[in-house]
Amino acid sequence: MSEIEDFRADVSAWLEENRPAEPDFLLPETFMEVGTDRQFHFLRDWQQKVYEAGYLGMAWPKEYGGGGKPQMFQDIVNAEMARQKVPFVPNTIGLNWAGPLILAIGTEAEKHKYIPGILSAEDIWCQGFSEPDNGSDLAAATTRAVRDGDDWILNGSKIWTSLGTFAKYMILLARTNPEADNRYAGLSYFLAPMDVPGVDVQPIRKLTGEYGFTQTFFTDARIPGECLMGAEGEGWQIAMKTLTFERGATGGQAGGLAMNVVSVADVVELARRVQRDGRPALEDPIIRDQLVQFLIEDQGDRLTGARSRFPALTSERPASIAMSGKLRSTELKRRLMQFAITLQGANGIRWVGDDHAEDRGLWQRSYFNAFSATIGGGTSQVQANIVGERVLGLPKD
Amino acid sequence: MAETRLQTTMTFSDEQAMLLDTAVEFFRDKSPIAKVRELMLSSDGFDESVWREMIDLGWTGLAIPEAYGGSGLGLAAAVPIAEPMGRHLSATPWLATQLFTQGILAGSEDLKATYLPAVAEGATGSVALSELDGDWDLGRANLAFTVSGAAVTLSGTKTFVLNAASADYLLVSGRLDGAPALAVIATDQLPSDALRTETVIDETRRSSELILEGFAVPAQQTITGAAAHETLQRIRDAALLLISAESAGGIAGVLEVIIDYLNTRTAFGRKIGSYQGLKHPTVDILIGLERTRSHVYHAASLLDAGVAAETALRMAKAQASDAFAFAGDRAIQFHGGFGFTWECDAQLYLRRALWSQYAFGDALHHRRQLAESLLR
Repeated sequence: MSEIEDFRADVSAWLEENRPAEPDFLLPETFMEVGTDRQFHFLRDWQQKVYEAGYLGMAWPKEYGGGGKPQMFQDIVNAEMARQKVPFVPNTIGLNWAGPLILAIGTEAEKHKYIPGILSAEDIWCQGFSEPDNGSDLAAATTRAVRDGDDWILNGSKIWTSLGTFAKYMILLARTNPEADNRYAGLSYFLAPMDVPGVDVQPIRKLTGEYGFTQTFFTDARIPGECLMGAEGEGWQIAMKTLTFERGATGGQAGGLAMNVVSVADVVELARRVQRDGRPALEDPIIRDQLVQFLIEDQGDRLTGARSRFPALTSERPASIAMSGKLRSTELKRRLMQFAITLQGANGIRWVGDDHAEDRGLWQRSYFNAFSATIGGGTSQVQANIVGERVLGLPKD
Repeated sequence: MAETRLQTTMTFSDEQAMLLDTAVEFFRDKSPIAKVRELMLSSDGFDESVWREMIDLGWTGLAIPEAYGGSGLGLAAAVPIAEPMGRHLSATPWLATQLFTQGILAGSEDLKATYLPAVAEGATGSVALSELDGDWDLGRANLAFTVSGAAVTLSGTKTFVLNAASADYLLVSGRLDGAPALAVIATDQLPSDALRTETVIDETRRSSELILEGFAVPAQQTITGAAAHETLQRIRDAALLLISAESAGGIAGVLEVIIDYLNTRTAFGRKIGSYQGLKHPTVDILIGLERTRSHVYHAASLLDAGVAAETALRMAKAQASDAFAFAGDRAIQFHGGFGFTWECDAQLYLRRALWSQYAFGDALHHRRQLAESLLR
């Protein structure tokens, strides 16, 4: 107990002392909005500092640069980073998805080659699953990988790729056998380098105005044979395993803070600062009622997490809590950010870059960015279908 | 931090789990919807033999200390009873008697020794707290308490006295020298016209007006001073907890009615549950149910641990009230023309939801109180 508390205190003190000074530009909220070089370098420097202090990869094996400690230590670091609102560590896909995947099923050579660079942020990773014509339907992937001697030749395109501009490697799902018995069996999984001829990364401008997403085009891009992960035809299984890390079902092995965490309490503080109708928004009885509604909903979700640990209290529909989690949390966040703009009254229309924008326009940007979670990983409408059909047993569309 | 850091304590004992299992089966068995409709037409509104079984199972004495003949498990053990009870719209004197019990627990040793063992053995009680102005602040009751010698006389009118006609005892609130006071009265002492049946929206419930005109009770039957405040608080806590628990059950019950219909009824050649216009709000009902249950069992956990639970209880009641009302409202709509009929069970749940919403403070009331404490 006391060792844990001592550790928490050490982390807390280190973060207070070493947190980077606020830059003169707006930092991204999550790894999905890293759109400029100066944002990227600021965050990469920060990750390096955190790693050198021993606060990253704490639960990863020592021989690959990790700390060899129980996962709990990394969880404490992540929680303290969120609490102190320090910047996130940007190599999210490496730390949370690719890294744990390689540690779980990779070869010894793959572990030595990739893990150290993930931790130090020397090697940034991105993910190539979605395609322009296939959103949530991963198994429909059409990007081709064809054997040519020892190498593979890639053709096709991946989209909505976060960190694509900065990435050295991509976890890539590609079709190696269009004639396979079924569409799943024709897929293979690659740890693909991005710095080879024939790989072209084009930034996508998002509704917020920044370029955090990219589209990657492969035109006869040649990658070495050793980039294939597992065996040919195992792509679907490995992709599903990746998703268990992505969706946090196993909690990942390393993890690092991947985004700024905004709580209802932060919105209450905003309501204290901003004015509506000539007085603090927090004094408006209707605003107060809505804030309490948010507190009740948010607390309801936190308590639902606590309740999920008691099988006797979830027996009727055991899958309900887990399957509705994304829908509940992402929609709540979207509405909360929308409300944070409402609090600002007439000033709610100011956007990032305006001299008088509250918190540099962070709330307006947060609201727009909230859609990334209500759309990405399966839209809320698809989620509601899934919960309706699989949890409640309603008929399919 | 803007608000007091909100706890996420959650405990659920093996005893609670066993009670839940037993009660789920009991009410499914004893309170099918046809039986609910049959009892709606009866005068007392409940089945005496079912009530007797509940007493024999020890469910009236769960929150009564062992020293007074109960099982001493506390109010948290009553939640697993209340939830399935609400799910099957069962209405017995249990709820009113639980509130009476909580009130007596803050009274004198004499009152506890007199009434708690009686309740554990099957006596029924209720609380007479509301007045015609509809004020939910229990401390503002106006019924007059006047001291005359060794007696106190009570004059005034109370309303919404749950199951009063079948109660052996009533705990009546009022005002003595400008401060809240309560008195226990035995209903067999009341004049014949003191209780008048009220017509309330939930036809499974029995509710009475209580009219007292210079009704005398011995002073030792009263609760005054700090104990009166504690009594009112205990009753309110119990009411918020148990009505929210019943509402969680009610949401689950009406959700089942909706799912059945959505999987059965066809329109334009498809099961209506396949339409997202109905499917998605049904998922919203499920989400409301999950949040409600979590708030309820959390509030119960805090009460069980003996820590301040007011915030948790008010949140539970606000969440439960809105979620149940939404579920009942949508249940009518989703049944289409049939939903508009008496025969459709959806209306039973909507009526229960509205009764539950307005008993002991609606969602708006509790959010306003929460704003006072959380948004300083």
